[in-house]
Amino acid sequence: MKARVHIFFKESVLDPQGSTVASSLQRLGFSKVKEVRMGKVIDLILDHQLPEEARKDVAKMCEKLLVNPVIESYRVELLEK
Amino acid sequence: MKAGVITFPGSNCDDDCRYSLEKSAGFEVQSIWHKESYLPPELDLIVLPGGFSYGDYLRTGAMAAVSPIMAAVKEYAEKGGLVLGICNGFQILCEAGLLPGALVKNQSYGFVCRDVVLEIASSNPWTQPLTQGTFLSLPVAHGEGRYVIEPPQCQELEEKGQILFRYKENINGSTQQIAGITNRGKNVCGMMPHPERASDLRSHDGLKIWNAIGAILRERK
Repeated sequence: MKARVHIFFKESVLDPQGSTVASSLQRLGFSKVKEVRMGKVIDLILDHQLPEEARKDVAKMCEKLLVNPVIESYRVELLEK
Repeated sequence: MKAGVITFPGSNCDDDCRYSLEKSAGFEVQSIWHKESYLPPELDLIVLPGGFSYGDYLRTGAMAAVSPIMAAVKEYAEKGGLVLGICNGFQILCEAGLLPGALVKNQSYGFVCRDVVLEIASSNPWTQPLTQGTFLSLPVAHGEGRYVIEPPQCQELEEKGQILFRYKENINGSTQQIAGITNRGKNVCGMMPHPERASDLRSHDGLKIWNAIGAILRERK
């Protein structure tokens, strides 16, 4: 089983990288781009059999190490392979 | 006075801290490897030095914060022991939950490496006898020194006198120009500037921090 963790800065944390990418896109003519937020993706290859167990464990991993709740929020996606 | 300096893989200010604490501040210094589970006995101060622990993987300080030695550091801090984190050490203390807030990439995304002017933001044991409003000059060298904290927590820091220094000029985009803080108990301190790099002939302002720590320890004994 594969779990994909998407991590982003919370809305309240300024993301200068995202703002810079947004202004470059606008300069290239993509005038409808309002905002860009940069984040990171972590793929975990797991040995779990049950999706619920995997979800629980991944949430614990996020709390303990993968995510800093002071500045980041996250979302977990379970993939078959 | 006995200090312990912890070395993580990628720490690079550990020798400077050791040198400065021994030669300029008169501490007896013991080096501690991050894989140890116990601290040496009778330490008066623990220093988490600057550097790039674990190559800044995941988030600065995130991996070091879960190193084996950190359980002992937390216990030491909970009992009221003095813990100082400088630069990467500050990032590690925030990641470990010993200090509030977090440190992220500078707003400019550039690495800032120069002397900066700091204003003492509260009359705090870590900077005694200097009073609120006095200025110090200390070197900084960081790419991820933008201190972020939610407004209610920031207000609490302010009210409880936990803000130690503010940059005179906001060099990295930190909330309220914060350069150093303490925990509520005032026994854990984190700062981005490097006192160990300003404790000799070139500059004495770092020495003022070591002297303040010496004064805290004398008051305790």
